[in-house]
Amino acid sequence: MSKELIHLNNISKSFDGQMVLDELNLTIHENEFVTLLGPSGCGKTTTLRILGGFTTPDTGTVIFDGKDITNVPPNKRPLNTVFQKYALFTHMTIAENIAFGLKIKKKSRQYIDDKIRYALKLVNLDGYENRMPDSLSGGQQQRIAIARAIVNEPKLLLLDEPLGALDLKLRQEMQYELIRMKNELGITFVYVTHDQEEALTMSDTIVVMNQGYIQQIGSPESIYNEPENAFVADFIGDSNIIPAIMIEDKLVSILGTRFACVDTGFGHNKPVDVVIRPEDVELTSPTDGILQGVVTHLIFKGVHYEMEVMAGGFEWLVHSTVMHPIGQEVGIKVDPFNIQIMNKPESEDEEAVAIDI
Amino acid sequence: MTSKSKWLSAPYVLWSIVFIIIPLGMIVYYGLTDKTGAFTLENIIAITTAGHAKALRLSVLLSLISTLVCFLLAYPLAMILANTKTSKHHFIILIFILPMWMNFLLRTLAWQTLLEKNGVINSVLTFLNLPNLKIINTPAAIVLGMVYNFLPFMILPLYNVLSKIDTNIINAAHDLGAGSVYTFIRIILPLSVPGIISGITMVFVPALTTFVISALLGGSKLLLIGDVIEQEFTRTSNWHLGSGLSIVLMIFIVINMVASAIFDKDGEGSML
Amino acid sequence: MKTAARKIYIALIVLFLYAPIGTLMVLSFNASKTRAKWGGFTFKWYIDLFHNEEILGALLNTMLIAFLSALAATIIGTIASIAMSGMKRRTKSVMMGITNIPMLNAEIVTGISLMLLYISLGIKFGIGTILLSHITFNIPYVILSVMPRMKQLNLSTFEAALDLGASNTTAFFKVVLPDLLPGILSGFLMAFTMSLDDFIITHFTKGVGIDTLSTKIYTEVKKGIKPEMYALSTLIFVTVLILLVLVNRSPERKR
Repeated sequence: MSKELIHLNNISKSFDGQMVLDELNLTIHENEFVTLLGPSGCGKTTTLRILGGFTTPDTGTVIFDGKDITNVPPNKRPLNTVFQKYALFTHMTIAENIAFGLKIKKKSRQYIDDKIRYALKLVNLDGYENRMPDSLSGGQQQRIAIARAIVNEPKLLLLDEPLGALDLKLRQEMQYELIRMKNELGITFVYVTHDQEEALTMSDTIVVMNQGYIQQIGSPESIYNEPENAFVADFIGDSNIIPAIMIEDKLVSILGTRFACVDTGFGHNKPVDVVIRPEDVELTSPTDGILQGVVTHLIFKGVHYEMEVMAGGFEWLVHSTVMHPIGQEVGIKVDPFNIQIMNKPESEDEEAVAIDI
Repeated sequence: MTSKSKWLSAPYVLWSIVFIIIPLGMIVYYGLTDKTGAFTLENIIAITTAGHAKALRLSVLLSLISTLVCFLLAYPLAMILANTKTSKHHFIILIFILPMWMNFLLRTLAWQTLLEKNGVINSVLTFLNLPNLKIINTPAAIVLGMVYNFLPFMILPLYNVLSKIDTNIINAAHDLGAGSVYTFIRIILPLSVPGIISGITMVFVPALTTFVISALLGGSKLLLIGDVIEQEFTRTSNWHLGSGLSIVLMIFIVINMVASAIFDKDGEGSML
Repeated sequence: MKTAARKIYIALIVLFLYAPIGTLMVLSFNASKTRAKWGGFTFKWYIDLFHNEEILGALLNTMLIAFLSALAATIIGTIASIAMSGMKRRTKSVMMGITNIPMLNAEIVTGISLMLLYISLGIKFGIGTILLSHITFNIPYVILSVMPRMKQLNLSTFEAALDLGASNTTAFFKVVLPDLLPGILSGFLMAFTMSLDDFIITHFTKGVGIDTLSTKIYTEVKKGIKPEMYALSTLIFVTVLILLVLVNRSPERKR
């Protein structure tokens, strides 16, 4: 992996006695697209604000490129932010907005003009120099906010739910735009969102957060396929989270029925949680299934049917392209590879987290 | 909706015409005629006579000073209040409206007690071995009275407009490398222009036209243009002259109104 | 350090605004009749106040005018706001311009202009003329309080009410009005306050022999203010203060 750019070291922060971040440690590498993902109040925005310098941590240090910048004010940091709802200067033209940071750095007129033209081209808004921000659509304002940040050539770009105010179609378009821009510019992106699809689409690395703790760090694939705990499993996509007993390596008892799996090292007869994605549950004829049940709900979702199957005292969520009518008796089968075993939450704190969802 | 709203707006339209438009027309009519009803510009030209011109000059000067003082006092205060994270938005506004429940004349009169030669402030100053204030019955006392009475009208629009500035806009300026002074000059000040204009209007017009404050704090020798007009109506009963001088005042007011209409199109700088 | 300086600054401004009020309160307990001297503590003026029919009469006039003018202005202003929100942009901005005149215009000009109007219409000066004048300068305060609420108003709730079978009138009173109520209420209070504190316009539009507290004080200035007046002002101020504290406290307790 490439060079380490940022290291957050034991960062804690509380507001009015409420702990928002608890001894958080996080390393971000150069040229990485990192997404902080979690529900509101999980501490992701606070983490971003600490990176930007708008919030000072109670304890801990922020290391940027080997230097401690914990107490460096935002205007002296070699990074830029794209704010939620854009925060464009409404009393200035688009060109003036983009030139703002460059003028402070006392760049030449020629340099600034070139940069404005380059940035507007990059965000596909050539010719908008003399427009006012109010006359632009949300998506356009968003792109100006990005242009305004990147002309300063920051090493790191922070993005605080930048697509939150856009409609679905535009949001998807902008996701591709962002990936393109990142590749073109070669800047490190730290992106905050509560939208798991956005995170899965764009990121190199996803940091799932909840209640001030990092729950899991990993690539989109590993976060989706191998969630480390019930919170992550539940937050990322739909899933069946079922209490189970790990009988021995590669054998788990789910709802009293034995299933083969591939995980090892959990011990003998140990209570665990298993995660099975709804698309990994195979419905068969009752005799072919490991477990027998009855279809209780059926919804057509376009790409697939979403069904609920009552089996072994648990309501299984199933996605399948084959339709089974309500009331039909079915069998359930799961490929051993698709059964993800997770340790039960140990502390009460974590338990609370899991229930909270 | 349109036909209905026309009907609904009728009472207010009628009221505005009878009690706002026509009365202003009457001032213009009286101001441009003499006692026989003949057209004349004399009542307006009368502003150039020594006494009137002096009163107008003093009024303009004192009201400009008062407006400036109000602005300089109110802006930092409004910034502090706007930065105070509070859910008690209403409470802050109330603090500045509450004094109005003590009668305006009495409040102003109380400054006499505070400012007098042997008044409260001087007693405190003497006690602290500091030189005494001698400002009662001087233009300075009138300015103080104006600032005192009209300060809330500067604070409220400024507070209103400053508290609406998104903190992320300011954060964005810092993020792009601006220090606090640069951010203030390039971002905060320009964004608060509607409030500044509204505040200036709300202070300058009443200060320019007051006749009570000068009467209470300025002694009998200092006449403002408001005093002159008041006397023309209540003592000498020369309504034509009084109206003529009022027209001159209205010119200042109209300039003010136009300025506020230009700079504050959306009414962002309103007081409430 | 910085926050301390800020707090001191706020405190100084508040002191500046409230020092005269404190002075008047102290004077209301001053046994000496002149303002200049402290003659010992007394409740005498508070007792005398309730026997001073002139002051009580002026108080009654003031309250009556403030209440009635605020009420009338609230009704006219609210209806006007509703009407204006349905208008075309241009008409609306003309209407708002006219609305702003009494607020931006000098009080002395407003007072004189109304005086000239009443004289030429031959209306007898008295409580009626004061009332008409106060309604005139109160309406803008109501409109400026109600209009923002009107803008926020979600028209679909009105349509939803119609959809659920309410008549236009029912929908208005059950759905729209409650939404506007906070704006209407604060408009009413603002109007009441402005009317109560007004001197200049009343000065020009009152008749002989009728006084509000303001005009009464103005005539007393030369003769010397009666200490009962300080007592009365103190009572009014303290009453309002207590009411405001109660109003501001109650919603918090509910939460």
